[in-house]
Amino acid sequence: MCIEATPVTTAQLVAEVTKIKADGYRLVTLTSVEIDAENMEILYHFDKDLVLKNLRLTVKKGASVPSISGALFTAFLVENEIRDQFGITFEGLVLDYQGKLYNEVVQTTTTSPFCRMQVKSTSTAAKEVV
Amino acid sequence: MARTVIPFGPQHPVLPEPIHLSLVVEDERVVEALPTLGYVHRGLELLATKRDYNQMIQIVERVCGICSMIHSLCYCQGIEEMMKLEVPRRARMLRVVWSELHRLHSHLLWLGLFADSFGFESLFMQLWKVREKVMDLNEATTGNRVIVSVNVVGGVRADLDEAQIRWIKDTLVEVEASIRSLQSTIMHDSTVCRRTRGVGVLTKQAAYDLGAAGPMLRGSGVAQDMRQLKYAGFDEIAFEPIVETDGDCWARSTVRFREALQSIDLVRQALDKLDGSELAVKVKGKPEGEVITRVEQPRGECLYYLKGNGDKFLERVRIRTPTFANIPPLAAILPGLDFADVPVVVLSIDPCISCTER
Repeated sequence: MCIEATPVTTAQLVAEVTKIKADGYRLVTLTSVEIDAENMEILYHFDKDLVLKNLRLTVKKGASVPSISGALFTAFLVENEIRDQFGITFEGLVLDYQGKLYNEVVQTTTTSPFCRMQVKSTSTAAKEVV
Repeated sequence: MARTVIPFGPQHPVLPEPIHLSLVVEDERVVEALPTLGYVHRGLELLATKRDYNQMIQIVERVCGICSMIHSLCYCQGIEEMMKLEVPRRARMLRVVWSELHRLHSHLLWLGLFADSFGFESLFMQLWKVREKVMDLNEATTGNRVIVSVNVVGGVRADLDEAQIRWIKDTLVEVEASIRSLQSTIMHDSTVCRRTRGVGVLTKQAAYDLGAAGPMLRGSGVAQDMRQLKYAGFDEIAFEPIVETDGDCWARSTVRFREALQSIDLVRQALDKLDGSELAVKVKGKPEGEVITRVEQPRGECLYYLKGNGDKFLERVRIRTPTFANIPPLAAILPGLDFADVPVVVLSIDPCISCTER
């Protein structure tokens, strides 16, 4: 028993996804599956009126795949997750965590705006805020 | 105009679980928002290669505490489909009973937390007081308040006798009356309306295109609910998705409030349809093939992809949880908000980071 999924190549992927989007489908998620020691599958799940449509992309492990986040913004999160967990890179990701969505918390800021004020001593032992 | 990056979370008074948002603000208006995950990731999907398909029920129940029963329901349905098992009618109806009790207590929990997020503490306490009655039902009928562990492959492991059914119905009368008594406050109180009306608006088209799920999607006017797929016993139960059209925090809150009342009705319908059939069928063989199964959790659509090769260990378990789907829409609606509205809007998606970081 296998799910119904249309095979696609990396060259066809973005065009096919754009067509599916134009047909009124929304992206549900992507699923990455290890097939054997060398190959992986990425399944793209779309939904319209509770009916699923799936695409099946077979790639080598560690390969680079075109990102569909340009066509469907919501894909950025799951594509980053697949990169973290399976090492597949996505070309053209609209928001690329560089393999650190889970592996390492992104360092964003080390200073808080509220810490710009300091209390310092004056010669008269009084304190002022600068 | 000064641009400042303000870290929101991972520890924040409105967040029971850790998620971090880097908010770029100009004065007090948010102009960019970058979500960061990874504080509590557990790698539960990978455990499928180390636990057999029956043990995995306990694992998936722990993806999320609040909707644990619905996770195991989704997983068991997938295994049953792979193994071509016909679940007895009584078990399917009991699954509806416990899954709707889960939705009821989850929505009451969220409504309370939401009230607390804008400082309405008395409403928070009232809602959680009502929720305790539902938790008592869970505990008395399954032995546990939260992780009820009733699902097994092929059916359920617990039953309800006549006295329990009467007690559940009586308790639900009290719960319904208590919830209805809070309706005017939740939907019309000026404090609630001022903090939620017109705040964090997600249009119908944006909700659909951004892949929003659950009350986030239905609050924007899209009538989609996985219970329409008629899984478990929903094929025999009258059900219509609850929809609001404003797309703001108020609409999402109202959808959950109305769904809490709807869950009471669904439990009653399922209890009335309990027959004398078995609780579970005998299971022979090992799962083989691949399936996709979907259910409606309190936070929205949940998808499981399962792949087996005839071994007791599954090759792949993939779980797409609703909060994972709702993070991109959240990131899209935060820009343009006043900074003070951010906690309310973040909470309005009912974020379950435990689910997200399964």
